[in-house]
Amino acid sequence: MAARNLSQLKLGEKGVIAGFHDPNLALKLLEMGCLPGTEIRLTAIAPLGDPICLQVGDYTLSLRLDEASVVELQ
Amino acid sequence: MNKNPKIALVGNPNCGKTSLFNALTGLRQKTGNFPGVTVDRKIGVTRLDKTTEVDVIDLPGTYSLYPKSLDEQVVLDILANPASKDYPEVVVMVADASNLKRNLLLFSQVSDLGFHTILALNMVDVAEAHGLTINADLLSERLGVPVVLINAKSEEGLENLKFAIKGELIEHSELPKPVLRLDTVSKEFIQEIKSQFKVANDYLAMLMAGQIEKLRFLTSENRTLLVDINRRHSFQQVDFQTKETVNRYKILGAIADESIRKKDDKPQETFTQKLDKILLHPIWGYASFFAILFLIFQSIFSLAEYPMDWIDSGMASLNEWLKSNLPEGLLTSLLTDGLVAGIGGVVVFIPQIAFLFTFISLLEESGYMARVMVLMDKLMRKVGLNGRSVVPLISSVACAVPAIMGSRTIQSWKDRLITIMVTPLMSCSARLPIFTIMIGLVIPERTILGIFNLQGLALMLLYLLGFVSALLSAWVMKNLMKVKERSFFIMEMPVFQLPRVDHVVMAVWNAVKAFVLEAGKVIVAISIILWVLASYGPGDSMEQAEQQVIKENPTLSQEELGNAIASAQLETSYAGRFGHFIEPAIRPLGYDWKIGIALLTSFAAREVFVGTMSTIYSLGGDDDTDTVKNKMRTEINPETGGPRFTPAVAFSLLIFYVFAMMCMSTLAATYRETKSWFYPAVQFTYMTAIAYIAAWITFQSLS
Repeated sequence: MAARNLSQLKLGEKGVIAGFHDPNLALKLLEMGCLPGTEIRLTAIAPLGDPICLQVGDYTLSLRLDEASVVELQ
Repeated sequence: MNKNPKIALVGNPNCGKTSLFNALTGLRQKTGNFPGVTVDRKIGVTRLDKTTEVDVIDLPGTYSLYPKSLDEQVVLDILANPASKDYPEVVVMVADASNLKRNLLLFSQVSDLGFHTILALNMVDVAEAHGLTINADLLSERLGVPVVLINAKSEEGLENLKFAIKGELIEHSELPKPVLRLDTVSKEFIQEIKSQFKVANDYLAMLMAGQIEKLRFLTSENRTLLVDINRRHSFQQVDFQTKETVNRYKILGAIADESIRKKDDKPQETFTQKLDKILLHPIWGYASFFAILFLIFQSIFSLAEYPMDWIDSGMASLNEWLKSNLPEGLLTSLLTDGLVAGIGGVVVFIPQIAFLFTFISLLEESGYMARVMVLMDKLMRKVGLNGRSVVPLISSVACAVPAIMGSRTIQSWKDRLITIMVTPLMSCSARLPIFTIMIGLVIPERTILGIFNLQGLALMLLYLLGFVSALLSAWVMKNLMKVKERSFFIMEMPVFQLPRVDHVVMAVWNAVKAFVLEAGKVIVAISIILWVLASYGPGDSMEQAEQQVIKENPTLSQEELGNAIASAQLETSYAGRFGHFIEPAIRPLGYDWKIGIALLTSFAAREVFVGTMSTIYSLGGDDDTDTVKNKMRTEINPETGGPRFTPAVAFSLLIFYVFAMMCMSTLAATYRETKSWFYPAVQFTYMTAIAYIAAWITFQSLS
């Protein structure tokens, strides 16, 4: 089974970050607290299906689907 | 220049930094620009004790010292440059206690730069509501810096913070030990940069190596040298930065876990998450967004009307009073027909600007603006914009100048450029008086379908026309620009909170002040110039015109004769001559030379149009105390014998002003933000071209 990425989470579902495909985008996500091993939960989806809102640690982060797709889940 | 010690406030966005700044400095603050950029530089004074005052600088919010936007770059520029005039003696790092781990990342970078740093933990109440208890003493011991608990909103803990600042200033306590050991790069590499650039701090050397392009104080020789050093030591910035961030989080995560106690019974769902369920709902999300927009527009137009009427009639009676109490002559004419008429045109906007900025700052303060960005991002992306473009687009309904500056939060250059280029198509408040007058002239005040005011509906259509054309132009530009730059959205969603009244008042006050001063200067200058141009003509042509009229109309009464002379003189004046000169170009749009004068003067700023109309028609005779609208209504087109402002002419003017780029300040703002004359030139050309063509089609098809 191919590894899932963050954009495939369903509403309310949790996942744990494994790594990133895109080193430059990874830098931005890392400093926002999205480190490998962090648990992340999809809390809301914008009406048109994109962007999405995620609970990371103690705050909510909003990402586009194509940004979320560079994040691999365990 | 005072020699007060400088304290910088640094922190993540939404950490309450600005609340703390306001609490510390109150009204003793100034807003200006950081040198070389148009990022707001807020500086204020606070008193630590009876004898010590310090300057407090509010630096833009950022997540790290690796900037992604222009706002964030300012932080790096100042903290990495000891020669900067804003280089602080002490840094107060404001951190959101409910989200400590992420906030500590920036803290550790700043303290590793070798600053005397104080950690001010804000929003402790929010953290406690989330079931978190923070051991400040342990945190202070582990980080090696003073930790102060504050509540910026209720202004608790300020005395402790001031005491801590004083301690760092006076005692020259030891600097904190670096949080991160720079063991992923070689010692020789750091040493070479330190000795080449006479830098004492290891982490500063690393920032210089990694951000050559982003540090504005580096000269081109500096840059070449750094690139060479990097190459010889095969330094990889992305690799270093990734390891740095991961390692910092590892160290800080351990410290945070140690000093924060978490209750097991974590609240199921926070208030913000519940509210987001509604505000981001496929149906309710858009419904509430449009309801809010509708409410804003309705209240702007219905509520602002009253104060605007008072101001309008107040200015008219002031003018009347001046005319009857001052001796007749040149100076009085300059004062009343020139200055007061012009200033009246500015002052009358204040209520609408104030209302608009009140709503915009309420949306921002409450955290709702971030939701709007999420709602609109996908639509905006289709036309080459970004969810973040929504804020500039909405705020340019008030004024395009702050809106264009507000585009700085957009990190992708392409998205930002397109946003800047199309923002002036949104109908700003300077167009409003033109719209109001023209609609009043040709659209009857009637109610249709029971609730809709026909004039109000027409106004809304004009705003929609502006919005739709902004989206279309963005789409065209997206397809013209071949840049394949990746656009980002990644954004923190702030927690919903009640807006603070004093912040809103402050924002509104600053906006109104800037508008009155900036626009006022232009309008007053143009009013005076226009008055001169309309009162004088080449040689003795003014006297000749007078003689001519007297000779041709021997039977007219004194008053009628005066009016006829005034009209003839206006026509022969410099302004009249210019109007005639451009008349061939604007005749296809249905305009005559008088409208031509107004087009010309409103070239610099649209809001001058109505003022010019009133100046022209005041000088052209008639009753001075009449309103501009009545003067325009009774103006006769000598060729047809009918009214000058037929529906065709009025609609043509309306359409022209929806599109035309007639605002020097906006062009100047575009120039400042893009650092090139090319973009303002393109902006001016494409908007004016659309305006001319659209007005021509309108006039030709209606007449």
